[in-house]
Amino acid sequence: MPIIVHHLSHEYGADTKLNTLALNDINLVIPDGQFVGLIGHTGSGKTTLIQHLDALLEPKSGTVYLDGEDIFEKDYDRQKLRAAMGLVFQYPEHQLFETTVFADVCFGPKNLGLDKKEVELRAYDALKLVGLEDEVFYQSPFDLSGGQKRRVAIAGVLAMQPKVLILDEPTAGLDPKGRDEILDCINILHHKKDMTVILVSHSMEDVAKYVDRIIVMNKGKVFLDGSPKDVFAHYKELEEIGLAAPEVTYIMNELAAKGLPVSTEATTLEEAKEEILRALNSRR
Amino acid sequence: MSLIKTKNLTFEYIRRDDEGNVEGITKAVDDVNLDIKQGDFITILGHNGSGKSTLAKHLNAILYPTEGTVWVDGKDTNEDEYLWDIRQTAGMVFQNPDNQIIGQVVEEDVGFGPENMGVATKEIWERVEESLKAVGMYEFRKHSPNKLSGGQKQRVSIAGVIAMHPKCIILDEPTAMLDPKGRKEVIRAVRALNDVEKVTVILITHYMEEAIYSDRIFVMDKGSIVMQGTPKQVFSQVEQLKELRLDVPQATLLAYELQKAGVKLEDGILSKEGLVEALCRL
Repeated sequence: MPIIVHHLSHEYGADTKLNTLALNDINLVIPDGQFVGLIGHTGSGKTTLIQHLDALLEPKSGTVYLDGEDIFEKDYDRQKLRAAMGLVFQYPEHQLFETTVFADVCFGPKNLGLDKKEVELRAYDALKLVGLEDEVFYQSPFDLSGGQKRRVAIAGVLAMQPKVLILDEPTAGLDPKGRDEILDCINILHHKKDMTVILVSHSMEDVAKYVDRIIVMNKGKVFLDGSPKDVFAHYKELEEIGLAAPEVTYIMNELAAKGLPVSTEATTLEEAKEEILRALNSRR
Repeated sequence: MSLIKTKNLTFEYIRRDDEGNVEGITKAVDDVNLDIKQGDFITILGHNGSGKSTLAKHLNAILYPTEGTVWVDGKDTNEDEYLWDIRQTAGMVFQNPDNQIIGQVVEEDVGFGPENMGVATKEIWERVEESLKAVGMYEFRKHSPNKLSGGQKQRVSIAGVIAMHPKCIILDEPTAMLDPKGRKEVIRAVRALNDVEKVTVILITHYMEEAIYSDRIFVMDKGSIVMQGTPKQVFSQVEQLKELRLDVPQATLLAYELQKAGVKLEDGILSKEGLVEALCRL
């Protein structure tokens, strides 16, 4: 069930003088089970794009196909779409509202009209998937730490059993351990459930570490699209559009410039370490 | 001389259930002793819920200690009569720029603080100009804040605080919602304020890279200060920081991993430049 974005454009304030083209002729194919990182500076169109994938916004022109069907067709079943696309907004913990963690996670599947047993089963599975222990199930979600709250919110989306998980900056404001926990959890889901994941992030280190493919947005267009290695090789262009490469990419490039025979391809800490050790040993 | 001093600062929350019955008491800040000098650049690190923000809110009298005392520029924050002096001495910038900007035009927003202090009109404009220049936003003075990027908005918020001529500026995760460029802009502006204007800076952050410029780092856990020292001293303790749910800058972590693999590097490398230099010397 690939997602095909076809000549998609979106304009804000179309019938006013302040119209801005937020998406400008986007074409993408996201195959099943891919882990995609979506990066771009504030205002580059990332959020607008993902809102189209869930049909929360209507395009000016172009469309999105899911499973071969045009999601903006008049008689397309939007409820089916929303069940298939799990969208986790920024600061999703602000949307928690129930008295207990478990009740909060049940809310989504309950609205799908499932019977009580199935709802509870799904909620239980989802909470386990995000790594929350039984003892927090009946606590108020508001008594949990920031990272835990966010995991409850993500569990709420997972309980809908979506085929695609879209996360808009899921780690903003979390401490480093909380960041790792959320991303590890998403990575496990991706592998275990073979779920397509689209991760919007400002952290180049996180993107480099987890995703198969990076899509870089700039001014409503796709600026770069490729594997982390390919994309971060263009680090100078990324800087020009307000982004950056992971720290290690800079370190490797500096080292190469200073004459240490390292390849500049490394994008993660692990790769950089291996490459530096290799270069140091070969010199001896 | 010390600008901010706390002695045995403790702050307790009383947790209540729906009916208002007391469920328990949480110590958010536990016996903290600080002595921050004029012109210092201080970073406070700590995981979510470690008490950083609660501590920061004591430093300009948004919260008052349950036990112990806080002095800002020699004034006890518990004394009501000093409240406005204290708020003018120590200004605060929060995480979300959208919650802090009220003006329709950038320069009006920045002028709001000094206007409320009763500064003469002519001087307000002088202050607005110098503050916007200090954060590199002068060319946007006639713009609407709505149309700015996150990093720009955050710099306007900082300008709004420095227009009140504080001796100290407290920034509570000012870059958490920004993209890499916005983060760089804000940190550059903050460092310039500290270097050039000698404003005391207290920065709370989850980005370890931002802490390497500070004079001293305090690490909090469960309301207490559990580690402190220069960035070099603190970031040498990689394992201990990880246990505290924190991290070290990427360059430091890479150096640490290389050390573990047998490469002879010194402890406490902080920046990518430092690491590259050290590796080239081998």
